[in-house]
Amino acid sequence: MDWQALRLSLLLAVATTVLLLPVSIFAGRWMAESSFRGKILLEAAIATPLVLPPTVIGYYLLVGMGAHSPLGAGFSELFGRPLVFNFSGLLIASVLVNLPFAIQPAQRAFESIPQDVRDAAQCCGMSFWRSLWAVDLPLAWPGVLTGLTLSFAHTLGEFGVVLMVGGAIPGETKTVSIAIYDQVQSLNFEGAGSMSLLLLLISLGLLVFVNLLGRYAGRLHAYRNV
Amino acid sequence: MRLFAAILATCWSLLVHGADDVPLIAAASDLQTALREVAQAFQSDTGQKVEIVFGSSGNMAAQIRQGAPFQMFLSADEKYVLDLAKAGLTRDEGRLYALGRIVLFVPNHSSLKADEQLAGLRSALENSQVERFAIANPSHAPYGRAAREALQKARLWEPLQPKLILGENVSQAAQFATSANASGGIVAYSLALTPAMTKVGRYVLIRQDWHAPLRQRMVLTKKAGPGAEAFYSFLQQDKARAILARNGFAMPQESR
Repeated sequence: MDWQALRLSLLLAVATTVLLLPVSIFAGRWMAESSFRGKILLEAAIATPLVLPPTVIGYYLLVGMGAHSPLGAGFSELFGRPLVFNFSGLLIASVLVNLPFAIQPAQRAFESIPQDVRDAAQCCGMSFWRSLWAVDLPLAWPGVLTGLTLSFAHTLGEFGVVLMVGGAIPGETKTVSIAIYDQVQSLNFEGAGSMSLLLLLISLGLLVFVNLLGRYAGRLHAYRNV
Repeated sequence: MRLFAAILATCWSLLVHGADDVPLIAAASDLQTALREVAQAFQSDTGQKVEIVFGSSGNMAAQIRQGAPFQMFLSADEKYVLDLAKAGLTRDEGRLYALGRIVLFVPNHSSLKADEQLAGLRSALENSQVERFAIANPSHAPYGRAAREALQKARLWEPLQPKLILGENVSQAAQFATSANASGGIVAYSLALTPAMTKVGRYVLIRQDWHAPLRQRMVLTKKAGPGAEAFYSFLQQDKARAILARNGFAMPQESR
């Protein structure tokens, strides 16, 4: 059992989710409220990771953040090490790939808030932050939570992007799905099977936990509003 | 908020921590067993460690181009090494370290006769007893190319077409060959010798002159330090060559 890889995967999933929390709230709300030329195009662009094969995205990210790209060159100038093939590069790739999973459910949730509720909040003279905190989030948080849960689960299982951007370096970029693939490649099906089972159990457990949390908090919310 | 900060801090510490001094080495998947054994011998002889990452040679060559921290690269196909050398990413053109060999592998449940001339495969084909036959994808996997050449040499390539299943690499071809639907496959000798394969089937070596040699080349990249240099020269010594030979590789006469 490759505990190091499992720890790395969990760390990556947690970090991705935490970074995506503000993104999903602000981008989701902004996308829900605004209408502008090219919005459809932007929405489509955010959704591309859902359609493209992960290894293809991974390859583009590898080239886009690699040593010859402006981004990669600038980063290695600043920190003395390349952006790809380490945890930070993996995290950036993971956040980008998970954008649609985090933003779309949040956006739908914010969209479902009736306009008159928003108008009322504005009439009361609520500031942007206050209305976000007191009106929008209490109504839209299930969507935000769904998005973050999806991102978390998706990151745990992500394979193609990690394979391309990471380089399977133990303790740095060798996540649990890469470790499982490695076991299969070396024809060690028992090792791969037990690791897959553990990953499955952890993911199931976490998803059940989050869903329970959502249900509990929803009930709490309902009582408060009676 | 505090959690957010703590996680950012963790990420930051991971971001700035430097690489330790154990050299990172990229190696082709067909070396899984052999190279681990070599690394163990290296460690018990010199006390030095190496960290080996296994993968597809083409992928790893692309990653070295993008600045991957590999200090040494053992490719299953010398083409990738020579291309990297041309691009100025390696010290020199490296050395040949092994020649890959291919075998006809037949799983226990299959009635196929395993013989050097592939006569058993021919007669099974004529009696339509072949269900599926696995090889690595010849369009990019070196072992797949060798398998195609051998099958062409035996004039079995055309009749076998509708039965072929292609693995992404030779390791996947081996998985296919052991599966219940396959009558057999052509895989790397080094894989056929692993316990996972010997348990479930039998094999026969295919003649080396039936396919272009699978020239495996290794090279030190521009990032190589003393640890990688030591491992590189260790691989050229008799002890390491004996381990490779025992694990299903032919030893090249010349090394250039």
